[in-house]
Amino acid sequence: MWQTIIKELTQATLDMVHGILQFLPRLAGMLIVVVFGWVIAYILKSILRTILRLARFDKLSEDAGAAQLLKRAALPSSTELLSRFVFWVAWIGFILIGVSVLGIVGLQEHVARFFGFLPRLFAALFVFFFGLLGASFFSRAALLAAVNADLPSPRLIASTIRTIIIVFAVSMGFEELGIGEHTTLVAFAIVFGALMLGLALAFGLGGRDLARHFLERRFVHERREEKEDELSPL
Amino acid sequence: MPEETILTDDFLRELINVGEVDILIGVPTYNDAKTVGQVVQAIRAGLLKYFPRQRAVIVNADGGSRDGSQELVRAASISDLQHASNVYALRTLHCVSTEYSGGPSSSLALHTILAAAELLQASSCAVVAPDSTNIEPGWIESLLRPVTRDGFDLVTPVYRRHKFDGLLIRNLLYPMNRALYLRRVREPYPLDFAFSGRLATHFLGQDLWSQEAGRIGAEIYLTISAIAGGFRLAQSFLGPRAHVEYAASDLVVAMRRSVGVLFWSLEQNGSVWQVQAESQPIPTIGPDHELSAEPLRVNPKRLHEMFVRGVAELEPVLKSILSEATLSELQRAATFPEEDFRYSDELWVRTAYEFASAYHKAVMSRDHIVQALVPLYRGKAHTFLLENRDASSEEVESNVERLCVTFEKRKPSLLEMWDGRK
Repeated sequence: MWQTIIKELTQATLDMVHGILQFLPRLAGMLIVVVFGWVIAYILKSILRTILRLARFDKLSEDAGAAQLLKRAALPSSTELLSRFVFWVAWIGFILIGVSVLGIVGLQEHVARFFGFLPRLFAALFVFFFGLLGASFFSRAALLAAVNADLPSPRLIASTIRTIIIVFAVSMGFEELGIGEHTTLVAFAIVFGALMLGLALAFGLGGRDLARHFLERRFVHERREEKEDELSPL
Repeated sequence: MPEETILTDDFLRELINVGEVDILIGVPTYNDAKTVGQVVQAIRAGLLKYFPRQRAVIVNADGGSRDGSQELVRAASISDLQHASNVYALRTLHCVSTEYSGGPSSSLALHTILAAAELLQASSCAVVAPDSTNIEPGWIESLLRPVTRDGFDLVTPVYRRHKFDGLLIRNLLYPMNRALYLRRVREPYPLDFAFSGRLATHFLGQDLWSQEAGRIGAEIYLTISAIAGGFRLAQSFLGPRAHVEYAASDLVVAMRRSVGVLFWSLEQNGSVWQVQAESQPIPTIGPDHELSAEPLRVNPKRLHEMFVRGVAELEPVLKSILSEATLSELQRAATFPEEDFRYSDELWVRTAYEFASAYHKAVMSRDHIVQALVPLYRGKAHTFLLENRDASSEEVESNVERLCVTFEKRKPSLLEMWDGRK
């Protein structure tokens, strides 16, 4: 009986040692992949940071208004943030490759899913960033045009345009990520519709007098004023 | 763009039929039916009277008029004029017309005219604006004679203006162009001007045409290019210039065409304008300025309102363009009631130079930078109107001169900002 127990224990120990001996190279492989991944991720981060600095990406994101958002959230500059993001994505990618080297059943599928998700994540970030950039550009264009055309409430016009574009970009970004596709779409439609209806009501009812004054000034009084201001700049 | 590609096949055929010429006069048009017939008649009369021995052609470059401007140019027949004034050309006087592609643009029209001038090997050329309602045949002589006789390469006009006419030129374009490029050209954005074939070829070779500036403001860049290229400049007095009514909404367009291109030119000609020296007058045929001061019903109140509103509403935009000190001074000025408000020369010059520097550094879309200057210019125009309300023409001239000197004195500050030292 003792002999059987000892034999089983020996066998179990041998199996365990065998298992550990078989696992150790994989663990070493994983560690090598992770360390190598860290080096690659760090190099990628440095290269990207240099490229972004040369391309004056911080200025671009300042134009887009993204820099202000980051500052408010006490986050680093967009160049730094994007570089760190790429570092972590790359390193997590290598860690997952390393984990898959371990051959743990079921993990392979999650790793594949992670890599499948990456392009969508980048596409969503791309859409969101350029949405912010577009929102900033068009709202400023509207502000300048409204001020120079002497339209009422230029800032309201500008911020309305900015909000619409940002909402649109965010909804596109979420759709790209596959998060609440229908919810986002419906929410966008509701927000947009409500905004338009609100504007129509505000201008039609609340701003009836303002609209009348504006139209009068444009089409009745302006003619007289222009007559007075007929000064050619060139 | 190669010259052949901007000239259509039909137009090329017409030009080949004309053959080589000595003088080419370009008339850019776009819906100018009201005035263009009279302008072409005056040009013809001027050519027949003052240049009867020269081979000449009038080239009309049209931007797609829908009011029959092109037909009017073609119909302005030489024979009528000959019968009427009893003058005959010793050489054939041609008149050709073309519609250039790309939509109405005085710069595209100028490009077409220059390409035609080079093809026909014209030694002297002129461009006459189609909207003048009081052009005289003598203008043609005043513009072309310095080129044909005295060998000047560019002759810009000097008009007898009302003291409140051409405010953008007097408050920004003339003083800033003079301070930077060191030549006292009264009308750096010429409407009627003459140039040599040599300058036409040089100007055609510039890389301006493939860029936005070449689409919107080639006229002012022709002046700058002539200065930068070391060409001989002169200005010629033409007398009063009456033109069709100006619409207030055209100010942004005028700013883009003139101030936008002036700012843009600084990048192209760094080695030319970054020289510290005193500006020099250029030869002038006739008086170098003449102002009239007839009473004019002007209401500066709206200019002040738009300035105050612009400074308040555009604060986030102006923050990216102007220094803190300049912006706060502007904001302080905007708090004054209309009668006490003054936009000082010093502050205006600082504003203009900081805008030029922001344009260079592209702190935002460059077109937005130019647009953001519009309400501030309105403030300066308001001050100009108020300061010169009862001023004689000599006093107005002395005020303009004072502004020019301020622009020249403060030029080093632009250099510092340009290099990033400030």
